[in-house]
Amino acid sequence: MLRLEKRPNPSRFWLYATPAVAVALTMFVGGLLFALMGKNPFEVIRTIFWDPVFGEFAFYLRGQLLVKAGPLILIAIGLALGFRAGIWNIGAEGQYIMGAICGAAVGLAVFPTENRLIFPVMIVAGAFGGWAWAMIPAILKTRFNTNEILVSLMLVYVAETILAKAATGFLKNPEGMGFPGSRNFSSFPAARNSYIVESLGLHWGGVAALATAVLAYILLTRHIAGFQIKLAGQAPRAARFHGVSPARLVVMCMGISGALAGLAGLFEVAGPAGQISIDFNTGYGFTAIIVAFLGRLNPLGIVLAGILMALTYVGGEMAATNLGLPSAAIQVFQGMLLFFLLAVDVLTNYRFRLGAGAARAAGVK
Amino acid sequence: MLIGGINVEILIASLMVASVPILLAALGELVVERSGVLNLGVEGMMITGAIGGFIIAVQTQSPVLGFVGGAVSGAAISAVFALLTQVFLANQVATGLALTMFGLGVSSLAGQGYNGIKPPATGSVPFGPLADIPFLGRILFSHDWIVYASIALTAAIWWVLKYTRTGLIIRAVGESHEAAHALGYKVNRIRLLCILFGGATAGMGGAYVSLVRVPQWVDGITSGAGWIALAIVVFASWRPWRVLIGAYLFGGISVLQLNLQAAGSGIPVEYLSMAPYLITIIVLVILSSGRGKASMSAPAALGQNFHASR
Repeated sequence: MLRLEKRPNPSRFWLYATPAVAVALTMFVGGLLFALMGKNPFEVIRTIFWDPVFGEFAFYLRGQLLVKAGPLILIAIGLALGFRAGIWNIGAEGQYIMGAICGAAVGLAVFPTENRLIFPVMIVAGAFGGWAWAMIPAILKTRFNTNEILVSLMLVYVAETILAKAATGFLKNPEGMGFPGSRNFSSFPAARNSYIVESLGLHWGGVAALATAVLAYILLTRHIAGFQIKLAGQAPRAARFHGVSPARLVVMCMGISGALAGLAGLFEVAGPAGQISIDFNTGYGFTAIIVAFLGRLNPLGIVLAGILMALTYVGGEMAATNLGLPSAAIQVFQGMLLFFLLAVDVLTNYRFRLGAGAARAAGVK
Repeated sequence: MLIGGINVEILIASLMVASVPILLAALGELVVERSGVLNLGVEGMMITGAIGGFIIAVQTQSPVLGFVGGAVSGAAISAVFALLTQVFLANQVATGLALTMFGLGVSSLAGQGYNGIKPPATGSVPFGPLADIPFLGRILFSHDWIVYASIALTAAIWWVLKYTRTGLIIRAVGESHEAAHALGYKVNRIRLLCILFGGATAGMGGAYVSLVRVPQWVDGITSGAGWIALAIVVFASWRPWRVLIGAYLFGGISVLQLNLQAAGSGIPVEYLSMAPYLITIIVLVILSSGRGKASMSAPAALGQNFHASR
């Protein structure tokens, strides 16, 4: 009989091999799914994973990769800090929206002034919007012990309503002939998140994402706060003895992840999206959860995972236009990836043994 | 009876209908959580049930089969969660989130080509002259069978958990899996069955949304009902009758909110439509603070995986 036996220490090999195995399994099962839908699985997989990087239109699509990966990485790094400490902020989508609204509101308030300070102030406002929205579940958690998962998620729906109100009401373009949506930042140079390297798709959001990854890596490996985060997640009791205040940790982790999600929203609204519109949010806040886990909650891993996930977005769009693959199929694909990752992860902490007596002999619990 | 331009009789009758999806989903989740498993994938299971039930009902033109289909598809997708958390011992929070995202994707994929179709109507149970009783007739005897079934299910779950051996075992597993294991109960197998049950009721609740409440198929049709169901379980401090009260309360808020929109009150539509979510948060805050701490009555082993080493 096959049985699981807990490893004395997590396997380092499987810690890093898990994402690769999960991606391979997802491609295989995803391929079966595409075949069931009457598509050629090899063609679809190639369109999603190969063409955007090496195919005919790669010169354009490579740029798109970083555009999509930027917000995913920014949000996922923030989430990963919390997840490591056992703080579950799953309302990043709402914080992303609020960051975009706050940042855009600051920019639009001074339209059409041209001043080089406008964009930096918008960045601060964007981060503030996301931070403030994340502080609601954080304060409720620390003051009233309210479940942060449910509150942060409920606030996504509230933020979506505020977004609809912004697009049709208080941020609506006065010269938009009654159409919903704000002014477009592409015609407002001082507030525009412009490309730094156009061919790479690198705008300020991408720079911020990469810088954040490095900073978060240093925080986790070299700074006492990073140590406290890891300690609180792995051994909450030990963390209390060490003098880690759980409340401070919640406020810090939620604050960082909220601010980063808000930043991602601001860079998106002032850059690729261009304006506040009703359907401005596209689910980055939720996909970032997958990215965080796929990157093993490690900032550098998250950069790779973010690029891979961006590949499924860009390639998925290609597959949608060229092969008629429904966009929902990509959503299924991404969900499947997280499932496989979580399933394969069992190998990090356990090993399979044949026979019933092995576990008793090892004497581990 | 009219209060502020709103007919109370119709309000109560329609809140009973509006709360059925969250009631069914919350009842299932209650059983799951009492067995010590936190399944955050309620939204994913509901929406899978919504499309599964819708497809079956449209294909067979039978609403009853539709609800069965909804329950089966909800249970089927919850089996993935059960496999991951009970066999592969994956983190329950992460797996639940994955289940929601996967369910949203699967439903939207399966639902292609089903937009704009009307499902077969689920008629109300014929109570004959009883339905003509003024006021009470409209409230008590004008509903379809699922409304009554959901109330019966509340009673059944309350009875099973409180008075039967099965209920005792489920609670034992949820309070202390080590002790239950030492007594010889198969902890993970019992939890697996509870998860499947939760999936089935959530799926049925989802099917009620697409077959009766809306009734048609649109992407993301459950719009957070699964999350509200999760909140209601906390609100109810893990007790079945309080789940019923909670569900009716939230059903009431969403119906009232729609009625106020229709009646053209001075409150902007946006603020009304965010009301159910805001009130959920406020209720959670009130319950989790103060003397009657909701978290105190949570099953002791909630969210912890069990691995039998001996």
